[in-house]
Amino acid sequence: MTNIVQPAGVDTVDSTAQLAAIRGGGPRKSRSALRLMLPTPTPWLITGLTLIGGIALFGIVGPYFTMDPTEIRNIGLTGPSAEHILGTTQTGQDVFAQLALATRGSLEIGLIVGVLATVLSAIFGILGTYIGGFADEAFSLFSNVFLVIPGLPLVIVISGFVPPESRGLWTIAVVLAITSWAGSARVLRAQTLSIRSRDYVSASRVAGERAWRVIAVEILPNLLPVLASQFVFAVIAAILGEAGLSFLGLGASNSSTLGTMLFYAQNGFALPLGAWWWFGPPGLIIALFGMGLSLVNFSIDEIINPKLKNVRQHKKRTKVAAKAARRKERTR
Amino acid sequence: MTSVEVANLVKEFTVRKGLAREKFRAVDQVSFTLVPGRTVALVGESGSGKSTIARILARLEKPTSGQINVALDDGTPVGGSMYRRQVQMVFQDPFASLNPFHSIEHHIARPLQIHHRAKGAEQTHERVVQMLERVNLEPAADFAQRRPHELSGGQRQRVAIARALAPGASVVIADEPVSMLDVSIRLGVLNLLGRLQREDHLAVLYITHDLATARHFSDEILVLYKGRIVERGPADDVILDPHHDYTRLLALAAPDPERLGKVVSSENVPDRSTLDNSICYNHFTASWEEAEVRATA
Repeated sequence: MTNIVQPAGVDTVDSTAQLAAIRGGGPRKSRSALRLMLPTPTPWLITGLTLIGGIALFGIVGPYFTMDPTEIRNIGLTGPSAEHILGTTQTGQDVFAQLALATRGSLEIGLIVGVLATVLSAIFGILGTYIGGFADEAFSLFSNVFLVIPGLPLVIVISGFVPPESRGLWTIAVVLAITSWAGSARVLRAQTLSIRSRDYVSASRVAGERAWRVIAVEILPNLLPVLASQFVFAVIAAILGEAGLSFLGLGASNSSTLGTMLFYAQNGFALPLGAWWWFGPPGLIIALFGMGLSLVNFSIDEIINPKLKNVRQHKKRTKVAAKAARRKERTR
Repeated sequence: MTSVEVANLVKEFTVRKGLAREKFRAVDQVSFTLVPGRTVALVGESGSGKSTIARILARLEKPTSGQINVALDDGTPVGGSMYRRQVQMVFQDPFASLNPFHSIEHHIARPLQIHHRAKGAEQTHERVVQMLERVNLEPAADFAQRRPHELSGGQRQRVAIARALAPGASVVIADEPVSMLDVSIRLGVLNLLGRLQREDHLAVLYITHDLATARHFSDEILVLYKGRIVERGPADDVILDPHHDYTRLLALAAPDPERLGKVVSSENVPDRSTLDNSICYNHFTASWEEAEVRATA
């Protein structure tokens, strides 16, 4: 019955191991897992990063070099000139200076909301799911309830309820964050459900890892691409949401954002008077920043969706192969 | 050294059928003992409850009833974190049991650190290299830096074995350790397990659906059918002289060169529909036992 021949004493090492031993003489360079998770540099990614980087730089550095954005002059609504690159507002304030400050304000809102929403979705999406049972049901119900709350009306109600004096940047950020985390939490829950039942999570539990370490060290790294993509989307949604609120006059009272610029442009009849330099630039910056973030997100998509990654790798491989074939032909 | 005594183990799962809930008994009154230096094979088809028993022993699932007594040689019972140190598991699928994010070093260093087998980065690294050398992954320092996706199935399973031994385990549950591997690599991994067992005097529970490797690798065989043990005895006796129809069916399922060309007629093959899992043939006592007798025992 038994037809297995046992070689005396020695273990047979599989051929791949022998091959590896022959090939790999010295110690090899360690490859970071994070590097494996980075998207491949594509024209889309580079365009996106350039847009984001440029606008962020403008928002961070710009306000230090421009003139006082609140200074009122008697040259209302003049077009772009050498002195005022983007012209002036109705009250003669420099639009370029306002733009730099407003970009900074919008980026701040985007960043705060992005971080808050991602943290909230991670807590409700990952923690409850890993614990399972009642905690999972409760957390899941909670995020489902938040998912069906109509976001913008609630934001308008809360913003309208809080008196303008105390309606600061943080109030708006918190309001935007608590209305935007639920969708991401559901996606994270689905992913965590899949990962927590994998063997390597069971194995780390058998090894004696504590629950928080299993979540933080074994599960979370595998969710990083998803989290990154959700963070980027949260930032876009926050900047757009804040712009909408401010445009309606419900934004933060003590800060200047691209939305408040559009609000004042609207109130100052910029469109009927043809002052395109007043409403055009802030709108363009919102659009370009959103585009940049979306382009980055497409690249992150490639990591989450292995199908897309393989397509690109395959294309690259065929390209290299074709090049090599051509070179061979030429040398012949 | 540690021995494990499993008595009347029962595991029920709740199955939802529409609004109704039904209980499904995956493991029913299973008893056996694991002794240092000996391998017990648990054989059965998919869904017979093999892996559930493994997961209960590894404390990944809680049994519905029954006892698992783990005791050191002097009779001291083992529990708590000591249990995790003593009883370890090798998973079936080496492609799923290693975290793609972490290096091989991480997988072996963590159990060493958790169970205080190594202190400081340097000593841990030294230990990791030692462990990898024990499972024939050389150059070990090189393998330690790699990620799971850079290894073949056989190499990954060696890492999984090294991880199971890292806490200093003396009881190893091997849940179909070679079923996902290429046929040409299986023997190597099994021989490695055999060698480590002899060196460390391990108690091994070898779970498989392959009678041939069960006989080759183990001392005692338990045949599991629908959650119950239907035949038990020394490996050679069970394979060469199967009594229960289910065991005979399993034996016929394994390819045998001596049967080549012979037509297997339906008279020789036991009928699946009449298989009875309420009786068990015990080769040690050479007698049939009723399930109910075991239940009350």
